[in-house]
Amino acid sequence: MAVHVRVPTPLRRFTGGAEEVIAVGATIRAVVEDLEKNHPGIKERICDEEGKVRRFVNIFVNGDDIRFLNNLDTPVKDGDEVSIVPAIAGG
Amino acid sequence: MSAATGQTVPQVQQGKVLVVGAGGLGSPAALALALTGVGGIGVVDPDAVELSNLQRQILHFTSDLGKPKVTSACEKLGRVAPQLQVTLYHTRLEAGNVAQLFRPYDFIIDGTDSVETKFLVNDGAVLMGKPFCYAGIVQFQGQLLTVVPRQSACLRCLFPTPPDPAEIPTCQESGILGSLAGSIGFLQAQAALEYLQGNVTFLADRLLTYDAHALRWRFVPVRRNLRCPLCGLSPTITDLHALTSRWTDQCTARA
Repeated sequence: MAVHVRVPTPLRRFTGGAEEVIAVGATIRAVVEDLEKNHPGIKERICDEEGKVRRFVNIFVNGDDIRFLNNLDTPVKDGDEVSIVPAIAGG
Repeated sequence: MSAATGQTVPQVQQGKVLVVGAGGLGSPAALALALTGVGGIGVVDPDAVELSNLQRQILHFTSDLGKPKVTSACEKLGRVAPQLQVTLYHTRLEAGNVAQLFRPYDFIIDGTDSVETKFLVNDGAVLMGKPFCYAGIVQFQGQLLTVVPRQSACLRCLFPTPPDPAEIPTCQESGILGSLAGSIGFLQAQAALEYLQGNVTFLADRLLTYDAHALRWRFVPVRRNLRCPLCGLSPTITDLHALTSRWTDQCTARA
């Protein structure tokens, strides 16, 4: 399964500046692992030490928040759009 | 639409909007509201104008350095709209003054620059039933969302517990593109004007994100979380006493 991952500005230093990258995996968990493999350091910004999605990060699959689906075990299919949306507090 | 025709409609003329934070977001938001002819604007900010603010905080000029931001803001708003009633609150927004500050207003604009204060605005507004527009900006990225309490998703529906301020990038570490603050702040004013005219779904339940580098606007659909600790079915946050607000002044600390 190849999905399109939308990378927010603060995480683009891990993707060489790319705002969208392709990742493979059958679930969000696998997608995050694949992101880490190709963009080392990015997983730590998405998941905490216990492997859970950090509380200031939301992940959406085709616009649906994975917290209302199956969290990291949410399945994905070819062509899905995965958006990583962090809280932003500047003003 | 009043802003498009130059005619101010009665709902807007009678509307009162509170702008919390007279910085990168609050400056353009308050300016647009003043130009459009709202009935009254309140401005809350505890800080003084610093040199590093000027690149994006368009109500403040070099001649204002050291002046309270609320004073500087009031002078400029008075010049563009002499008839406008502007109320200044030279204070930090805190759990103890949220109710008093929010009560007279029909809509709140969150132009704050710290995560704690953003959640304080959210919690206060939802508990008081006041609609507001959240926004955040950092580097080249901005996002905004209108919250209509108990009708649309609030900030805690998205982020149930506030992140540790150390976890998220601040403008101090990362900077803010000047035009980004304007783009998002002006849209916050539009959100207020839309709400005052009865368009309550404008920017509700859809987080608008903007990448100013790639020039890409996107909607992320969001929805009320029935387990939200604030506006869900069994709320655990029922008053503001548990909250504290440290206005960390992240954007000016390095001036």
